[in-house]
Amino acid sequence: MHELSIALSILGIAEEEAGRHGNPRVIAVQLKLGPLSGVVPEALLSAWELAREGSPLEGARLDIEVVPVTAICPQCKTEVVIASIQQLCCSACGTPTPGITGGRELEVTALEIEDDCRNPARSGADAGSQAE
Amino acid sequence: MTVETRLVQVRTQVLKQNDVVARELRTQFHEAGVCVVSLVSSPGSGKTKLLEETLSTLGASHQVAALVGDLATENDARRLSKTGVPVRQITTGTVCHLEAEMVRQALAGWDLETLDFLFIENVGNLVCPATYDLGEDLRVVLFSVTEGEDKPQKYPTVFNTADLALLTKLDLAEAVEFDRAAAYRSVESVRPGMPVLEVSAKSGVGMEQWVGRLRDRRRQLFPGQAVTRSEEKPATEAGTSASG
Repeated sequence: MHELSIALSILGIAEEEAGRHGNPRVIAVQLKLGPLSGVVPEALLSAWELAREGSPLEGARLDIEVVPVTAICPQCKTEVVIASIQQLCCSACGTPTPGITGGRELEVTALEIEDDCRNPARSGADAGSQAE
Repeated sequence: MTVETRLVQVRTQVLKQNDVVARELRTQFHEAGVCVVSLVSSPGSGKTKLLEETLSTLGASHQVAALVGDLATENDARRLSKTGVPVRQITTGTVCHLEAEMVRQALAGWDLETLDFLFIENVGNLVCPATYDLGEDLRVVLFSVTEGEDKPQKYPTVFNTADLALLTKLDLAEAVEFDRAAAYRSVESVRPGMPVLEVSAKSGVGMEQWVGRLRDRRRQLFPGQAVTRSEEKPATEAGTSASG
C-alpha cells in the first residue's frame, strides 16, 4: 500500500508546477503509468482522493494513462508490445523477451488548468514559455 | 459559461526524489568499494535466516554489515547481531517498504570504506519494494518452496526488478511436494533469463554457491581491489576454499 505516498508525491509535483503558472485552478493531473512500475491504478485513484483533501488541488482529477509494456524481441529484432506481465514474450513469435524497453513509467506529464481569459497578458506569457 | 482550460506540459518522474537519493547512494557505495545486496521477499520466506548464515559465512573472510527493515520490533537486528557483524534495524512504522532516504539515514556514522559487503533486508512484502531503488548493486528476490510455485507470476513486478532469485527452504521441498520445474517456468515467464539458485540456510545446501555468487559479483564490480579488506588470504582462484 505505497500508493498514498505516491499520490502525495504527485500532489507535490502538481502544486509546484501550478505555482509556476500563477496558481490557477487545476482541473486534472495527467499521469503516465506503466504496469511494471509496481503501482496499481485503482489503488492510486483511491489514494488520490485522500491525498488531495484539504489541498489547493482538492477538486482536481487524476487522469491515468496506462502505457503498454514493450520489449525488444530477440527473434523478430523489433520492439513489440507485451500482452501480459505474467508472460514476458513476443506476442508475434512467442520468444521470451528479457530486454524491457517500456512499462516502468510513473511520470506526471501535464496539468489541465483553468485558463484565465481575463488576463491575456499572463496567458500570453505562459503560452510563450510553453512553446519549448 | 463554460470554463476554458488548457494543458501545460510537466514531464516529472514521480519517484524523482527517491531516484536522486538512490543514485547518490550508488555512487557513494562504488567510491567506497562496497558491494551492496538487497533482499526482498514475502514475510516468512527466510530472509533473516539466510542473512544470518550468509553473514556468518562471509563474515569469516570479508568485512560485512547489514541493515534490516521491519515495520516494528528490533528482533531481526538482535538476532543478526549474534553473528558478530555490525547490524542496524530500520523500523518503518507504517511504511511497507524501504526507501533510499531511509537507507541513507540508517548509514549515518558508518565508514563504508571499511566494508566489503553491505546487505539490506527489505520489509517482508512482495509488492511495494519493487517500486523503490535503494542504490543496491544486486537485488535478490527470495521465495520459499512452501509458498507455491507460481509466486513469481503472482508478483511479476518484484521479480522483474530483481537480478537473482533464491529458492529457499530447500530442505522442505520433499515434504511440500515442491514442483521444481513449475517454479522455474514461473520465474522464466516473468523475468526471462534470470538466474535461480536453490538454497537451504538450515541444512547448508546451496549456500556455498550463493556466497560464491556474491564474491563473484564483488570481483566484477571492483576488479582492481583485493578480495577482502580484512587480513588478505592468498587468493584461491576457485574461490571455494575461502569459506573454510
